[in-house]
Amino acid sequence: MSIKEIQDEIIDEFSMFDDWEERYQYVIDLGKTLPLIEEQYKTDDNIIKGCQSRVWLHAEEKDGAVAFTADSDAILTKGLIAIMIRVFSGQKPEAILNADTDFVDEIGLKEHLSPTRANGLVSMIKQIKMYALAFNAKN
Amino acid sequence: MLDIQAIRSHFPILTQTVNGKPLVYFDNAATSQKPQVVIDAISKYYSEINANIHRGVHTLSQLATDAYEVSRHTIQRHINAKHAHEVLFTSGTTHGINLVANGFTQFVKAGDAVMVSAMEHHSNIVPWQMLCERTGASLRVIPMNEKGELVLEEFEKLLDENVKIVSVNHISNALGTINPVKFIIDKAHAVGAAVFIDGAQASPHLSIDVQALDADFYAFSGHKMCGPTGTGILYGKEAWLNKLPPYQGGGEMIKEVTFEKTTYADLPHKFEAGTPHIAGGIVLGTAVDYLNSIGLDNIAAYEHELLEYGTQKLSEIEGIQLVGTAKEKASVLSFNLAGIHPYDVGTIVDKMGIAVRTGHHCAQPVMNAFCIPGTIRASFAFYNTKQEIDALIAAVKKAQMMLG
Repeated sequence: MSIKEIQDEIIDEFSMFDDWEERYQYVIDLGKTLPLIEEQYKTDDNIIKGCQSRVWLHAEEKDGAVAFTADSDAILTKGLIAIMIRVFSGQKPEAILNADTDFVDEIGLKEHLSPTRANGLVSMIKQIKMYALAFNAKN
Repeated sequence: MLDIQAIRSHFPILTQTVNGKPLVYFDNAATSQKPQVVIDAISKYYSEINANIHRGVHTLSQLATDAYEVSRHTIQRHINAKHAHEVLFTSGTTHGINLVANGFTQFVKAGDAVMVSAMEHHSNIVPWQMLCERTGASLRVIPMNEKGELVLEEFEKLLDENVKIVSVNHISNALGTINPVKFIIDKAHAVGAAVFIDGAQASPHLSIDVQALDADFYAFSGHKMCGPTGTGILYGKEAWLNKLPPYQGGGEMIKEVTFEKTTYADLPHKFEAGTPHIAGGIVLGTAVDYLNSIGLDNIAAYEHELLEYGTQKLSEIEGIQLVGTAKEKASVLSFNLAGIHPYDVGTIVDKMGIAVRTGHHCAQPVMNAFCIPGTIRASFAFYNTKQEIDALIAAVKKAQMMLG
């Protein structure tokens, strides 16, 4: 599936929820199901700065696509990461670079995209794009 | 007995809703809300007497100057300073600390020591570290125990004649501990050290008497005590302020300027270079008058009631970890839920209209000492109620249910 198709699928899932509580509970549940990053990648080098919680992000290239794994010690942040990984992991670097993240607004989590918010979602997206840029340049 | 409903009606912001819920404002240790008299006084200044101070002979300049100096006298009486010129207007506590730490460069040399405590805000650590870097002095740290109280026996052991200045907070922002500053001042004076008290958290909650404390310096911020942001006070004993060099050069702080030599103005102007936050300085006096109309002793008693109520209610929640359980405590509840990140809890309770702070509260060494990434901090003011604490408890329980 393309990034856009995955985003539309997520928008569809979130449209079932009536209020913030259900939306947040879903994000929390996603956080609980996020596959763990391998312990060897939970290094200080992989920590994303600018978060109140700690966030680790690891990327590697497989068959021309970028595979992301990540973790956080805060569950809401982990849920947001799970959404981003679902959108971006397994995509080609160029597609990642060209993608927007407007869907976050449509699923009622726009407040988490504010640059002043200390959850690091913005920093994380930036870092995902940085990896994509690096892999793109390498190819 | 305070009429809390009447007091709440003085604060227009408290009637707001946040995320569709009535606002519960429990981030008072970060900044207090402002009563209508303060908001009106700012507007009145700009509408009626705005002019630069201490300069013009025209009527408006005179009115503005008078109002500014009246405010200085109000604050002098409020903290019981001996002289009005010992009361300096600053931009806030941080400014006051930097002014003194900078000036102490000439009183501190390699081999000397500067002392702070383990529960300081970063702004009462970093300026002193910078002083140590400039001079080659060492930084000594008064440790705290597991309740978040300073270990006074260790303090006495660390104290000797090499210590030139001790800087501690009156109340800890992260833990709420009320420190025995009078004891610290007396002991430090006995070895010839000066004492700086960071009163940022104390000034909204306690009545302060700088002469009774015998503090050499006492600093606080206006915005935490119902006044405007960007205002603050540095009290310094006259003898110290005369000895300290000026912090910033500019207009207002001079007596005479030639290209060969400049002589400095008398106190307090020597430390008030440039056009100050005139409206803020004047209105800080209004805020102090407002607090005194309620009475700081009444405020302290009521806030203590809120603290006891909140502590009891919070303790009933399973898995709660209170951080900072000092015997002498101001109305700050710092806590965590077992196995849950404070950031998650803060986000959920915000969705329920409750403003708390999460994180390290600019006191990373405190968090490191307790081996935690941060806390959720609810800090109460005299306009808060027990019903609001009930709302917090319900929200924390809900967060625990959702996140657990």
